[in-house]
Amino acid sequence: MSSLTIDKAGPRRKVKYGSMSRDRTWALRWSYFFLTLFAIFALLPPIYMLITSLKSSAEISAATNPWWVFHPTLSNYIELLSSRQYLRFFWNSAVISVVVVAVTMLISVPAAFALARMKFWGSAVLATGVFLTYLIPDSLLFIPLFKMFATIGNWTGIQLINRWYVLLFIYPTLTVPFCTWIMIGYFASIPKELDEAAIIDGASWFQTLTRIFIPVALPGLIAATIFAFTVSWAQFLYPLVFTTSTDQLVLPVGIITSLVKGDVFNWGQIMTGALLGAAPPLIIYAFLMDYYIAGLTAGATKG
Amino acid sequence: MAEVNLRKVVKRYDDVEAVRGIDLDISDKEFIVLVGPSGCGKSTTLRMIAGLEDITDGDIMIGGDVVNDVPPKDRDIAMVFQNYALYPHMTVAENMSFGLRLKHYPKAEIKARVTEAARLLDITDLIDRKPKQLSGGQRQRVAMGRAIVRNPKVFLFDEPLSNLDAKLRVQMRIEIKKVHQKVRTTTVYVTHDQVEAMTLADRVVVMNKGQIEQIGTPNELYHNPATRFVAGFIGSPAMNFLPCRLEQVGDQLQLRLTDRIAFPLPPRRAAQYNNLPRNERLLLGIRPEHIAEVRPHAEPGIEPFEAVLDVTEPMGMETLVYFTLEGAEICGRVNPNAGARDGAPMRLAVDLNNMHLLDETSGVVLGRP
Repeated sequence: MSSLTIDKAGPRRKVKYGSMSRDRTWALRWSYFFLTLFAIFALLPPIYMLITSLKSSAEISAATNPWWVFHPTLSNYIELLSSRQYLRFFWNSAVISVVVVAVTMLISVPAAFALARMKFWGSAVLATGVFLTYLIPDSLLFIPLFKMFATIGNWTGIQLINRWYVLLFIYPTLTVPFCTWIMIGYFASIPKELDEAAIIDGASWFQTLTRIFIPVALPGLIAATIFAFTVSWAQFLYPLVFTTSTDQLVLPVGIITSLVKGDVFNWGQIMTGALLGAAPPLIIYAFLMDYYIAGLTAGATKG
Repeated sequence: MAEVNLRKVVKRYDDVEAVRGIDLDISDKEFIVLVGPSGCGKSTTLRMIAGLEDITDGDIMIGGDVVNDVPPKDRDIAMVFQNYALYPHMTVAENMSFGLRLKHYPKAEIKARVTEAARLLDITDLIDRKPKQLSGGQRQRVAMGRAIVRNPKVFLFDEPLSNLDAKLRVQMRIEIKKVHQKVRTTTVYVTHDQVEAMTLADRVVVMNKGQIEQIGTPNELYHNPATRFVAGFIGSPAMNFLPCRLEQVGDQLQLRLTDRIAFPLPPRRAAQYNNLPRNERLLLGIRPEHIAEVRPHAEPGIEPFEAVLDVTEPMGMETLVYFTLEGAEICGRVNPNAGARDGAPMRLAVDLNNMHLLDETSGVVLGRP
C-alpha cells in the first residue's frame, strides 16, 4: 500500500519486479531448447542408420547425399531376415538375455532383501562389497575369467569355452551386483513398519518379501530388469572373447564378424542388423515404462 | 483376550539401558496407556510386548504364558503403528484380511470379519479403495480394522494419533474409546500426549528414563502424584513448584513461601504433614486451578495474597495468569470476568487444601496417604 503512494510522489522509475510466472516461462523455454538439442544429438545416429539401411550397396558406395534415400529398398531387411545366421545370432541373444535377467532377479532380489532388512553381522560391509565388485571393469576380468573356464574345462571335461551358454555364467557377474545394489536402495526406502506389520500379521520372511516388498518395490524391480536386459543384450567384450564359432555368437559380435569381411564393410546390412537388434530393448522399455511409475508406495504411511 | 504381565523386563542396546527393570500387570480387558517424554522407553516396552524387540532380561507373559522367545506372529497380538503402515498395493479389504489370508481362514469367515470390522469403524464405503485414496483419519481407521479382524488377545497401539491434526486426533480418540468399549480387548497404548493418556486409559503408566514413575487411574495420577515428574507431566498447564518451608508457630503449622508470605495450613493438611521436619527446604506443588481470584466467603485453607501479573492469557472459559514469586514463575487460572490485566496487581487466593509437598532433592511427594 505505502509503496504505491511513494511511486506516485517520486520520479518514475523502471522497477523490475520478479514475476514467478515469467520466471517459469523462461525456465520452460530454456528446458525446451536444451531438450531439443539433446533430442537431435541422440536421434541423429539412429536416423542415419535408418536412412542407410534403406539404401542399396550401390547407392551407399556412390556416396550421394548421406541424409537422403534416392532409391529406397528393403533388400537389406529381406536378406538379413531370411539369413539363417542372423536369426541364429538373434535367437542366441534373446535366450541369453532372458535367462540372465531371470537368474539375476532370482539372486539379487533375495540378496537385496537380506542385506536391506535382516541385520546380521557384516551385512553393511557385504552390501558395500557387492557394489564394489561391480566397479571392476570387465576388460580387466575377462582374462582371469577365460583362464578359469578353460581350467574348469581341463579338469572336468565340461567344455564351456566357445559355447553360448558360458555367457549365462559370466553376465550375472555384471548384472547381479548392480541389480542387488539398486534393489537394496529400493527396499531400504520401504518403511520399517511395513514389514513389522506383516510380521505381526503372521507373514514369514519369504512371504514378507513376495507379498509386500516385491509388489511395493516394483518400480525398482523394473529398473533392475531393464538394466540386466540391456547389459546382457548389448554386451560385446565377453562374447567376443568367449565365443568364436558362428553358431555360438550373439547379435553384436555376430553382426561385426559376419558382415565385415576383411576390409569390406557391408554398411547397409550392418545398419539394418544393428537397427533390428535395437528393437527388442526398445519394445521392452516401452512396455515396462507403463509400469514404471514412481510413487507406488504412496499411501503406505503418512507421506 | 488375556492379561499381560511384565516381570523385571530390561532392554539394553550396547551400553544404553533403554528399559530398566519394569514390573507391570495388565488385567484382562484393561486399557493401559504408557505415557512419558520421548526416550523414556515406552515404545521399546510396547515393541518388546509385540516381540519386535528381544528382551535383554526378565519375562513377558501374555495370557499366563511366557512369550520371551515366541515370535510376534505366534503371540496373538495386533499392532497399530504411528504411520499406519498400510500395505500400499492392497485395497482396504485386502489390507484388513491379509493376516487372516496368511492363516488360511475360510473365505466366508474372512469376508464376515472384514465386513463387521468395517461397519464398526464406519469404513464400509472405503473397502475397495487403495490407501493412497484415503485421508489420514481413514487410514488410521483401516489400520485399526486390520487389528480388529484378527481378534487378537492384545491390541498394541504405538502413538497412533500423533500424525493426525489436532481436531481429528480428538475425534479418533473418542473413536478408539468406543471401539474398546465394544470389543473389550486388552489394550496397551503408547503416547507422549498426557491428555490422550488421561482420556483413554483405565490406568496410566507414567514412564521416565526407562523406569515406571507411577501407575494409577487418571484421577489418582492427577490428584495424588507420587513424584515431581508425574506431578509436572500430568496436567496442562503444568503444576507450579516453588520453594517453601514448614514453620511451627505455637500449635499452628505454617507454610512459609517468602519472608513476607506465609500461610497457616488447614487442619487436615497440618495433620498430614505433622511428621515432616520444620524449617527445612521443601517444594510446594500447586496446580494452576488452585490459584484463583479472591472470592467472598472463602473456605478454610484458601489464603489470599497479592501478585503483580506478568502475562495474562484469556482462554475464553478462563484466563491464565502468570506472575513471579521468589524467582519462580507461577501460573493461575482465574475467572475471565475477574479483571486480570497484564502488568496490573491482583488479589489472588491459593487453595492449600489441594497442595502437595515435595522433597526438593529426590522429588518425592511427601505425606502421601
